[in-house]
Amino acid sequence: MIFKLILIGVLFVITLGIAAYLTWFERKVAAWLQDRVGPDRAGPWGLLQPLADGGKMFFKEDFIPANADRWLFILGPGIAMFTAFLTGAVIPWGPDFTFFGEKVSLQVSNANIGVLFAMGIASIGVYGILIGGWASNNKFSLFGAIRASSQMISYELAMGVSIITIVMMSGSLNLRDIVDQQAGFWENGWFTWNFFKQPICFLVFLVCALAECNRAPFDLAECESELIGGYHTEFGAMKLGFYLFAEYINMFISCAIISTVFFGGYHFPFESYCSETVFAILGPLVLLGKTVFFIFVFMWIRWTLPRFRYDQLMHLGWKKLIPISIVNLLITGVVIAWTSGWFEGKKPETETSKEKTEVSRELTMNSNKHQ
Amino acid sequence: MESLSNRKKVVSNKKMSFMESLYLPAIFGGMWITFKHLFRKHNTTKYPEVQREFAPVYRGQHVLKRDEQGRENCTACGLCAVACPAEAITMTSAERKKGEEGLYREEKYAETYEINMLRCIFCGLCEEACPKEAIFLTDRIVPTYFEREDFVYGKDKLVEDMNDRIDISKRQLTGKRPVR
Repeated sequence: MIFKLILIGVLFVITLGIAAYLTWFERKVAAWLQDRVGPDRAGPWGLLQPLADGGKMFFKEDFIPANADRWLFILGPGIAMFTAFLTGAVIPWGPDFTFFGEKVSLQVSNANIGVLFAMGIASIGVYGILIGGWASNNKFSLFGAIRASSQMISYELAMGVSIITIVMMSGSLNLRDIVDQQAGFWENGWFTWNFFKQPICFLVFLVCALAECNRAPFDLAECESELIGGYHTEFGAMKLGFYLFAEYINMFISCAIISTVFFGGYHFPFESYCSETVFAILGPLVLLGKTVFFIFVFMWIRWTLPRFRYDQLMHLGWKKLIPISIVNLLITGVVIAWTSGWFEGKKPETETSKEKTEVSRELTMNSNKHQ
Repeated sequence: MESLSNRKKVVSNKKMSFMESLYLPAIFGGMWITFKHLFRKHNTTKYPEVQREFAPVYRGQHVLKRDEQGRENCTACGLCAVACPAEAITMTSAERKKGEEGLYREEKYAETYEINMLRCIFCGLCEEACPKEAIFLTDRIVPTYFEREDFVYGKDKLVEDMNDRIDISKRQLTGKRPVR
């Protein structure tokens, strides 16, 4: 119990710290990709820049527009920040290890619906944006908020279908199970990481994750050039800071989920040669390394690709990604059925499945009678 | 019509092939280009520590020249003010009194001479209009201030100091007028 509290505290601080330094990293990456230097005035290599920014945000006037809905205006950034933090609870940050004879898990909650929880919280995250944009009482903000919500709804479908594919393969919604099935890197003549088993699924998930985080090329919610900032036009001081922070936390968490689900989480090649203690220390670092790599990829994409037009966004989401992920799901289902021998009549009939088929048969017969 | 530059291109609206409609090759191509830029040398000049070299014809802060004997060249004829497209220059003239021959070269001189550096566009037309070689643009940069009034430069800032003369020979040699 005490360890869980400590873990929550540490996770909170680490997430905040990483999100703060992601703002610095983003500006650095942007600068490097554009042959510039980036922030380098505050501290060595500009490393104190996040502190300077935070200080500035805190000391600016906390302004609320006269026509804004006062409480929702305050609530919006709060929800955005809160939901951004929540998802980290189900991610397994490292392997279990024994600490003074006590088994310790580096996961706040080993929920057996971990994937579902993460998806659910990610979709609640849109409320922060929507409420903030609505409460500002500004047309541009409302536009941004509406765009954000419809974009999130459209991309959640493809994201959900692509993650169902992974869930079907692993047979579990528990993130730790999904991770531990990817242990060992090489097994039975193929890689164990889900990326190598489901590359199309990964691609769909990556695109959807970009859209869920409202990152370029899907940053239509805030696009500076058309909507002058979108949902956070009216926000200032630390409320704006919260929105920006939440965006970076979301990015961190979704990169962590990508590396957990598709890239073996805290597992790495040749880990079986490590002792338990070494693995317990290296595991979280490896996960962090993978996460930072994906964060870099996110930023790299942002500073390479131009923004989508809104109809193109919807076209991509509904007409391309969803069919692709559904076809991928079907093919995976057929392959799973094939390998487990369903087509050769070796259908494993347990008690429950027998009952289920009987019940469903009765149901269909009943419905036929009614017709 | 025949293209003169020979660079005319007809817009093609041909249908994309399957690979093109996937966008992925184009996206990876673009990302490869930006990735290569990661390792390029940056073009930034870190300003306060490193300063860029100015071109010899750089047009920065003005100077009101004195001649070799330390007399002000300006006679307050107002041609610079007339030539100024930004209406940045104003002046009032005064007559030279007896005993001031060492201060002003001719009988009339500028009692006040003001350039509003916020209005000035640093085009150099004042310098071109000046018949007395009195005003020149130099390679000095106008600094920033917090108050608007501070940008109105009077004679105290514009007239050169005899102990610290401003070299304008580079601008004289740009082909506008010969050195006298």
